[in-house]
Amino acid sequence: MRVPNWTVNTDKQHYDVLIAGGGNAALCAAITAARAGASVLIVEAAPKTMRGGNSRHTRNMRVAHDAGNGTLTGPYPVDEYWDDLLRVTGGQTDEPLARLTLDLSKELWDWHQQQGVRFQPSLSGTLSLGRTNAFFHGGGKTLLNSLYRTAASLGVQVVYHAQVMDLDITEHLFRSALVRHEGEDVRVAATSFVAAAGGFEANIEWLKEYWGAAADNFLIRGTPYNRGDVLRLLLNKGARAVGDPTQFHAVAIDGRAPKFDGGIVTRLDCVPFGIVVNSHAERFYDEGEDFWPKRYAIWGRLVAQQPGQVAFVLIDATATELFMPSVFPPEQAETIEELAVKLQLDPARLRTTVDTFNAACRPGTFDPTNHDTCRTEGATPAKSHWARPLSTPPFYGYPLRPGITFTYLGVKVDADAHIGMSHGEASPNMFAAGEIMAGNLLGKGYLAGIGMTIGSVFGRIAGREAARYARDEHTR
Amino acid sequence: MHGTNILAEANRQITICNACRYCENLCAVFPAMEQRRVFSDDSLDYLANLCHNCGACYEACQYIPPHDFAVNVPKVLAELRSESYARYAWPHGLAPLFRRNGLVVALTAAVAVAFFIGGFVALGDATVLFAAQTGPGAFYRLMPHEVMVLLFGGVFAFAILALAMSVRSFWHAIGGGPLTMSDIRDAGRAAATLHYLDGGGGGCLNEEARPDDRRFFHHCTFYGFVLCFASTSLATVLHNGFGWHAPYSWYNPVVLLGIIGGLGLLIGPLGLLRAKENHDPGLSDARARGMEVGFLVMLWLTSATGLLLLVLRATPMMGVLLALHLGVVFALFLTFPYGKFVHGFYRSTALVRFAQEKRTPVTVSDNAESQRNRR
Repeated sequence: MRVPNWTVNTDKQHYDVLIAGGGNAALCAAITAARAGASVLIVEAAPKTMRGGNSRHTRNMRVAHDAGNGTLTGPYPVDEYWDDLLRVTGGQTDEPLARLTLDLSKELWDWHQQQGVRFQPSLSGTLSLGRTNAFFHGGGKTLLNSLYRTAASLGVQVVYHAQVMDLDITEHLFRSALVRHEGEDVRVAATSFVAAAGGFEANIEWLKEYWGAAADNFLIRGTPYNRGDVLRLLLNKGARAVGDPTQFHAVAIDGRAPKFDGGIVTRLDCVPFGIVVNSHAERFYDEGEDFWPKRYAIWGRLVAQQPGQVAFVLIDATATELFMPSVFPPEQAETIEELAVKLQLDPARLRTTVDTFNAACRPGTFDPTNHDTCRTEGATPAKSHWARPLSTPPFYGYPLRPGITFTYLGVKVDADAHIGMSHGEASPNMFAAGEIMAGNLLGKGYLAGIGMTIGSVFGRIAGREAARYARDEHTR
Repeated sequence: MHGTNILAEANRQITICNACRYCENLCAVFPAMEQRRVFSDDSLDYLANLCHNCGACYEACQYIPPHDFAVNVPKVLAELRSESYARYAWPHGLAPLFRRNGLVVALTAAVAVAFFIGGFVALGDATVLFAAQTGPGAFYRLMPHEVMVLLFGGVFAFAILALAMSVRSFWHAIGGGPLTMSDIRDAGRAAATLHYLDGGGGGCLNEEARPDDRRFFHHCTFYGFVLCFASTSLATVLHNGFGWHAPYSWYNPVVLLGIIGGLGLLIGPLGLLRAKENHDPGLSDARARGMEVGFLVMLWLTSATGLLLLVLRATPMMGVLLALHLGVVFALFLTFPYGKFVHGFYRSTALVRFAQEKRTPVTVSDNAESQRNRR
């Protein structure tokens, strides 16, 4: 076996713990294992500036706590957390693992601070998350910077731009990984292996297996490096799958966003205050069913089901200040027909759609902060709240496309983060943490900030168990 | 749409920031940004002058190059800051001095020193310049007190006027309202402590830089300057009010203030120069380097020549050193309104506006107003 040339400083050909991935889950595992005395190597697919997977785009972590602490504005007991999780997943969750995660989430506030992470009050425009979610000072990338610094101080080695090409797994036992770095394939042996390399949402070819050509029209909100290489290797080599492979979490975002990595700024919060039409200039769903934070996720799927996976949200001059500013300026016109031309919609059909909608709007008291009384009567589909005629020029239009956040497919784990294998046994020295195993808890739906919770809790467990296995092996 | 390319680029980047807002806890720039949906050129100048260039937001940003969005807020605001100094300069015809400030300062200093040496020779007896002079009024044997007052009073008055006029137009541009004591107190506290220099308490999080060093050395420089200024002011009072003429003995408050302040001005600028060396050049305005270095060197020379004069004032070196010191101070004052010195005034002004906006948020109509008023 060749000695990896990027490990020359360590005189090491063999690590106690090899971690695939460089996001929050990977770092939590690395720090925990290193604190337990293990030698740790992280192989991160991204270059240093883009490191950290989708943790780079996060801003908070949902943590249970029995009392507010000045920054978290009030208590968020485990039971309430559990109720929230049950509701969003419709019961599609592994209850023992979920309960374990929510219980251990109570430790994260202190633990992350001990690793140099700082928290801050909730950001402006983050409805009602101030009580339940711990916001990272400076956002997810600052959290990552702190964790990387702490990991480095503990002697954790990191190789960037390193892709896992193959895993040598014999009888459920991890032996080594083939890692490609700067055009060279290097075999890295380790006593334990932690898979914390995210999902496969950035792998368009893989998405096409389920979605066909439509996948070409999907935008990927996060890192282009979540290609699912490690996930696929594990599944091909006997790891048990959890989660519906065809499903992903998607929100409706600005259609002009870059193909990958657009992140938070591509959000468009104006749907409840306007109408949404497809490329035939027809409405297709109740825009005012509920507040946007409770509905943006279903709109990703709704837009994905429209022709060409595109839709357009239209507002008029009365709505321009009602939502968070977005990154791309809207198309703007003095008439609906003119706007239709700019959005490449049929002007006459858009006129008809708007006229029909306007005529169906019933008078009410408009209130963007409540389920108000402005609704339609006789329109199909109906608009239940915030329905006001589009009649005050200028008119504005934004294109919408599905923006995929994460995929649900993952590997089965047990309470010690061991990866479950196809014959029902768990691998003794392979562990998983983060998005690659989040499907154990999230069969569907999403709860803001729980991805980072799952990554942190299982990262710590995986690091602890990986180090423990390595230590036991040494003494064996 | 925007007055300059830098303004257009700042608008592009700040629009991205305003849709993200992850940095709102880092400093004053981002809360100020969040009060707006569109950014007039004036409001961008305002944001630029709230920025300390600490780099925390760059380290925190998921959109820095090589991301397509290529966000680098510290850099674009640094460039905009330099540009804004020239934009509000009074008289406007002297604004180009900012562009080649390093050269301007160096030339001014050289000419001023030569002018004082020449002046001493021309006005008095050349032998006096190289003879030991001691006792009260020793300095004025080289240069009559009235001439000194006229020269320095004149250049000081001009600097004050030019700065006041510049700040006034900046204040109007950024929508400054009626002042209250609390605005001034809040802004004064933030300015005096460099409150926003530390990335919201976490440091700038740049693995290489040490932001706390910058704060310490800036304090040395700023408070050193203040003490030196107090020393000069006190000397003026003693001279005119009490008829006590310089040079003063070492234990006179004038000299003590000068020594303490002078030490601050010796240490501070050197530390800031080193911090500048360590700072990621990718975050700075490369074209402003001459101006920044020039200012720090002038401050250091002011102190170094002053302290040297104090030590050697009883020797035949005194005449030359006095000319050197006076020349440097004269050039420093003369270039005040067209160099890095202005940053403190613009920042303080922006901080006063920030305090006002915290009290009375910018309304939607203000936003619409500023949209219409885009230059």
